[in-house]
Amino acid sequence: MAEHNDIDQITGTSTTGHQWDGIKELNTPLPRWWVITFYITIVWAFGYWIVYPAWPMLWSHTTGILQYSSRADVAVELANLEKIRGDKMVKLGAAPLAEIQKDPALLALARARGKTVFGDNCAPCHGSGGAGAKGYPNLNDDEWLWGGSLDQILQSIQFGIRSGHAKGHESAMLAFGKEGVLKKDQIVTVANYVRSLSGLSTAKEYNAAEGGKIFAENCAACHGDAGKGNQELGAPDLTDKIWLYGSDQATLVETIGNGRAGVMPAWVERLDPSTIKALAVYVHSLGGGK
Amino acid sequence: MNQSQTAKSMTHGEAGLTTVFAVSALVCLFAAAKALDSAFAFHASLASAASLWALFAIVNRYQDRPAALPPQEINGRPNYNMGPIKFAAVASVFWGIAGFAVGLIIACQLAWPALNFDLAWISFGRLRPLHTSAVIFAFGGNVLIATSFYVVQKTCRARLAGDLAPWFVVLGYNFFILIAGTGYLLGVTQSKEYAEPEWYADHWLTIVWVVYLLVFLMTLVKRKEPHIFVANWFYLAFIVTIAVLHLGNNPALPVSVFGSKSYIAWGGVQDAMFQWWYGHNAVGFFLTAGFLAIMYYFIPKRAERPIYSYRLSIIHFWALIFLYIWAGPHHLHYTALPDWAQTLGMTFSIMLWMPSWGGMINGLMTLSGAWDKLRTDPVLRMLVVSVAFYGMSTFEGPLMSIKVVNSLSHYTDWTIGHVHAGALGWVGFVSFGALYCLVPWLWERKGLYSLKLVNWHFWIATIGIVLYISAMWVSGILQGLMWRAYTSLGFLEYSFIETVEAMHPFYIIRAAGGGLFLIGSLIMAYNLWMTVRVGEAEVQAPAALQPAE
Repeated sequence: MAEHNDIDQITGTSTTGHQWDGIKELNTPLPRWWVITFYITIVWAFGYWIVYPAWPMLWSHTTGILQYSSRADVAVELANLEKIRGDKMVKLGAAPLAEIQKDPALLALARARGKTVFGDNCAPCHGSGGAGAKGYPNLNDDEWLWGGSLDQILQSIQFGIRSGHAKGHESAMLAFGKEGVLKKDQIVTVANYVRSLSGLSTAKEYNAAEGGKIFAENCAACHGDAGKGNQELGAPDLTDKIWLYGSDQATLVETIGNGRAGVMPAWVERLDPSTIKALAVYVHSLGGGK
Repeated sequence: MNQSQTAKSMTHGEAGLTTVFAVSALVCLFAAAKALDSAFAFHASLASAASLWALFAIVNRYQDRPAALPPQEINGRPNYNMGPIKFAAVASVFWGIAGFAVGLIIACQLAWPALNFDLAWISFGRLRPLHTSAVIFAFGGNVLIATSFYVVQKTCRARLAGDLAPWFVVLGYNFFILIAGTGYLLGVTQSKEYAEPEWYADHWLTIVWVVYLLVFLMTLVKRKEPHIFVANWFYLAFIVTIAVLHLGNNPALPVSVFGSKSYIAWGGVQDAMFQWWYGHNAVGFFLTAGFLAIMYYFIPKRAERPIYSYRLSIIHFWALIFLYIWAGPHHLHYTALPDWAQTLGMTFSIMLWMPSWGGMINGLMTLSGAWDKLRTDPVLRMLVVSVAFYGMSTFEGPLMSIKVVNSLSHYTDWTIGHVHAGALGWVGFVSFGALYCLVPWLWERKGLYSLKLVNWHFWIATIGIVLYISAMWVSGILQGLMWRAYTSLGFLEYSFIETVEAMHPFYIIRAAGGGLFLIGSLIMAYNLWMTVRVGEAEVQAPAALQPAE
């Protein structure tokens, strides 16, 4: 660019001689460090292209002198992981549940594996600490709908509850209102009776004798005469102050009127047997296992 | 041109557009009646109503105007066309506040998911594209249209080309925003990030954008300056490349011409590659080249200093344009994208570092001899800090494109932090600085209503940005480390839900930062509004044209 007589007073640099709406441009040369750094990045890129797969060709692409492939990389990393895990998972899969419980090494392994698997598969419903939510049982307490022994927990996880799996737990709380078995006022009465079983207050106009009669005729078959529940049928204990859906009268009327049928998937369709075993041990260890 | 005629008659443009809008009002009404889904019916009705409005607006304007069209020059001074620019400036402030507010809402939804309220149309999935489109395309787009129309006129000493065309661009673009935004809320999306609007919105945008290109080009052709000013190179690169990207990423076949759903022509990894070729260059040409153009005009103008280096501007311009377009694959590291394409994406990103920094050097060094003004002029300070954020995020970008770094940063909040360092710090601040300059110029005011309020805006927004990006750095790196942590037994140490729980405090800090940024923009809106309402009018200086050299 030709030199111009127009010199910027402050920097002493000449301008390009043009101006646009009062804006001029200085003839400052490119900063040296900028040019050098730019060249270094270009040289580095050329080097990288020589070493790694880089440029598409007609039928394939340049492979680079390292013959690098990210697929091969993943395979190596997964193989390393398998090496660390070793045959421990195989051992876990072969060992009976009772034996895992006694072997500290196997128990630690099962709990470690179970914890991560629980977080990614069970936590969405049961909470990351297993504390449950409305309609999703708390796994830390002593109440078990389908049994809290290791074998029973394993069974529930494997085949699920109302999961559609042939070996899954079936049964449902009947919809006494919708099916026309009980009238609205009878449902309110028996709801109050159920509240009284765990010492909760009852409505003023509630007739205890009537409630007991309705309970004996309709509910006792599954929940037992005393309302202590039945794990064979997944019928909850109504006397222990633990409520899956809620203990207020409105919720109980809804439960009795429309029934309940929560679903848990059959995990045997998604997880491998040793992982499910680890999960069972982990859930058992959460606090309430029998 | 019928300037010389004394008898008033419609120009070809007026007559043509009137006909086009009359036909479009009828066609859209027909489409609304035949629509297969309610969202399409709503959009077709909107388009029909807008066509009718445009029809009446053109006829009204024709009846009110004198026989001759506005002259190109008055007393040897270019008769600049500022009306459409004023509209775009107001629209940018409006959309900016809307976009920042929606951003704050979704930041709060991430911290407290209950804020989704189980309502489909305000759920995170619909509000997130509303936020990104509102800030990038509605706020940023209107700033770009306003400043490009202003800068091209001033630096060419020529009135904007076309009579109705500039209005068509500004109003047409904002109508596209309306269709896109309401579509998101109604669940209309083609599920391509930053390109969510469906086929009919894409067609409309194509028309508007081609007219934008023509207005800009024809104004350049009319210029009274022998050379094209550097800002106009960047604007032109932005307009041309966005057109190419839009067409490349969006070829789609509608299920029916009367329905909103369409399917993209590309599939699988090719679709992913097109998407990120588009997505990355939306950053490169919309958010970088376009806003560098703003920097090249407004910083020297405000600092009253010459641009630091002409050579640097020309070298970094061509290097940036050539290298940016290759960098897209770095969004697809460690995916099904072939290794060779990942390598190219990464190496071109590294080579892009210095060309990006060329703009930063030119922006900052233009201040040499005027650094003292930073103490007294908060608008200039905003512009300069924006360049600093630009430098920071264009260093962070190449860093994150390196595969080993990317294996930690990808899919984490680090990416969100990086984007917002650029979006809030660079794009936001350079836009605010430009608006603070532009509004007094457009409404012929001596200066802003209050520089003190600009100062408040600057500091509140800066603290907001620092909270935002530092929270996302910590949260992103923590997230990345938790995801890859293995126990000595060879199992993942954390389940996904535990990593989500760990993010919670940082999401609250991020929302607080976003809230501060929003407050800053409200202060700006008040300040600009008061500038227009009560600002002291500037008396036009007598014509004293600098002869072109």
